[in-house]
Amino acid sequence: MSNDIAAVYADGWSRIVATMIRLTGDWSLAEECAQEAFATALRVWPVDGAPDQPLAWLTTVARRTAIDRMRRAVVERAKLREVAMEPAPWTVDSEIPDDRLELMFTCCHPALNVEAQVALTLRGVAGMSTAEIARAFLVPEKTMGQRLFRAKQRIRQAGIPFRVPPGHQLPERLSAVLHVLYLLFNEGYSGSGELCREAIRIGRTLAELMPDEPEALGLLALMLVQDARRAGRTGADGALLPLDGQDRSRWDRARIEEGAALCERALRRGRAGAFQLQAAIAVCHATASGVDETDWPQIAGLYDHLRRVAPSPVVDLNRAVAVAMATGPEAGLALVDAIDGLDGYHLLHATRADLLRRAGRDDEAAGSWRRALDLAPTEAERRLLSDRLAAAQRTGPRTAPPTGPPPGG
Amino acid sequence: MKYLMLVCVDPDFTPGDDDGKPDVDDWAGEMDGKGIRLMGDRTRPASAATTVRVRNRELLVTDGPFTETKDVIAGFDVLECEDLDQAIEVASKHPMAWAGAIELRPVWPWGDE
Repeated sequence: MSNDIAAVYADGWSRIVATMIRLTGDWSLAEECAQEAFATALRVWPVDGAPDQPLAWLTTVARRTAIDRMRRAVVERAKLREVAMEPAPWTVDSEIPDDRLELMFTCCHPALNVEAQVALTLRGVAGMSTAEIARAFLVPEKTMGQRLFRAKQRIRQAGIPFRVPPGHQLPERLSAVLHVLYLLFNEGYSGSGELCREAIRIGRTLAELMPDEPEALGLLALMLVQDARRAGRTGADGALLPLDGQDRSRWDRARIEEGAALCERALRRGRAGAFQLQAAIAVCHATASGVDETDWPQIAGLYDHLRRVAPSPVVDLNRAVAVAMATGPEAGLALVDAIDGLDGYHLLHATRADLLRRAGRDDEAAGSWRRALDLAPTEAERRLLSDRLAAAQRTGPRTAPPTGPPPGG
Repeated sequence: MKYLMLVCVDPDFTPGDDDGKPDVDDWAGEMDGKGIRLMGDRTRPASAATTVRVRNRELLVTDGPFTETKDVIAGFDVLECEDLDQAIEVASKHPMAWAGAIELRPVWPWGDE
């Protein structure tokens, strides 16, 4: 793809697909028309030069294609009239209606299962090809193609509308969209970095289109700050590194600052939700110069707030760690022992072991370490735990606790 | 769009979870008034059901319901809605959404592929 076209594709794909869905009501047709528009651009732009108003140019081509195909397919006259009636041709980019929010909310409609929501979002909003999505999720292309086909068929047959939900449904429906984006991000965090990039890109668009929704800003902040630490997460041999073993100079300062500013802007609205609080916690970690310089009382307070907004035993565990760092191992241990439902989670036992050791209860600590190692789900995590154990035996009592997964993830 | 709304009993329902549920007559009155509910009623239990099949031109009539899960369907309504979002909203106001479950099936109209 030439640079001109690639630059327009990044945002233009979802704009054109969304507008074509609004006009035709047909998801597959909308994608075909967007594809045709970009294919035409690839032929024409290198010869005639890129147009001044590329989005208007592409949307006009897409619509012409739609009218053509619908004529040939002899669809209902009313639909054809709707497409043809739009003031044509579009000449100015800024006058083209932006239907991307409609697209996002429809892709993440609760009547679709999560796998379908994810696939539709990557195809329609991110503009990834079926083959690229299949690769990112390690499934055969054919499987992904069927998943997308069934999802689009279901939208039509079940009567899922193409629109932004009305105010009383918005909080619930927005959280479904945010959930899908964070799921994409986490999937990319442990695997393909492309998914992280796409999740952040869509998150940016969403924050731009819904600047009054603090949770949309909070999610973007959270993703930026997590992603900023990506380069420091693994050592030279590819092994996962604990927070206190990471080289903080490898973190992306500009991203962290951008995330921190967004997080602050969101929190100023006075409606702290789960993503904003997780972002605030991530910012605390990312802006500290080391584990000892981290503002643990602040983090403990944020976890306390988070467990009221979004209760979960993993949040309780992270809160216990922060309290231990802020006030001492015994206070943390009391909180760890009060957690219900995490007995099969290796990090609970690793945390317990670490706190017991710091409290001088080495015998009990050994038992918890064994339990943590038995439960660790992957070789990489087992190795991380054994390294921590070795380091703990070498150094004094003041080492950092094992770090969990991204908060809430 | 037309939806068949199947009103179902949930065997795993915990009594008390439906505190404050709406009244079914209020629901029917509201939806009739809005022109959303075209028809609907309770159905008699599965013990009153009859299943009809024709195989190799031979009529087979059996006593009881076709589905294996007995007594799941307690009633039905036919709705005319703008889209699934409206149908979901209508269904969520029915008391059996609180105490059982409601299945929404879009009707496949004649002539549609």
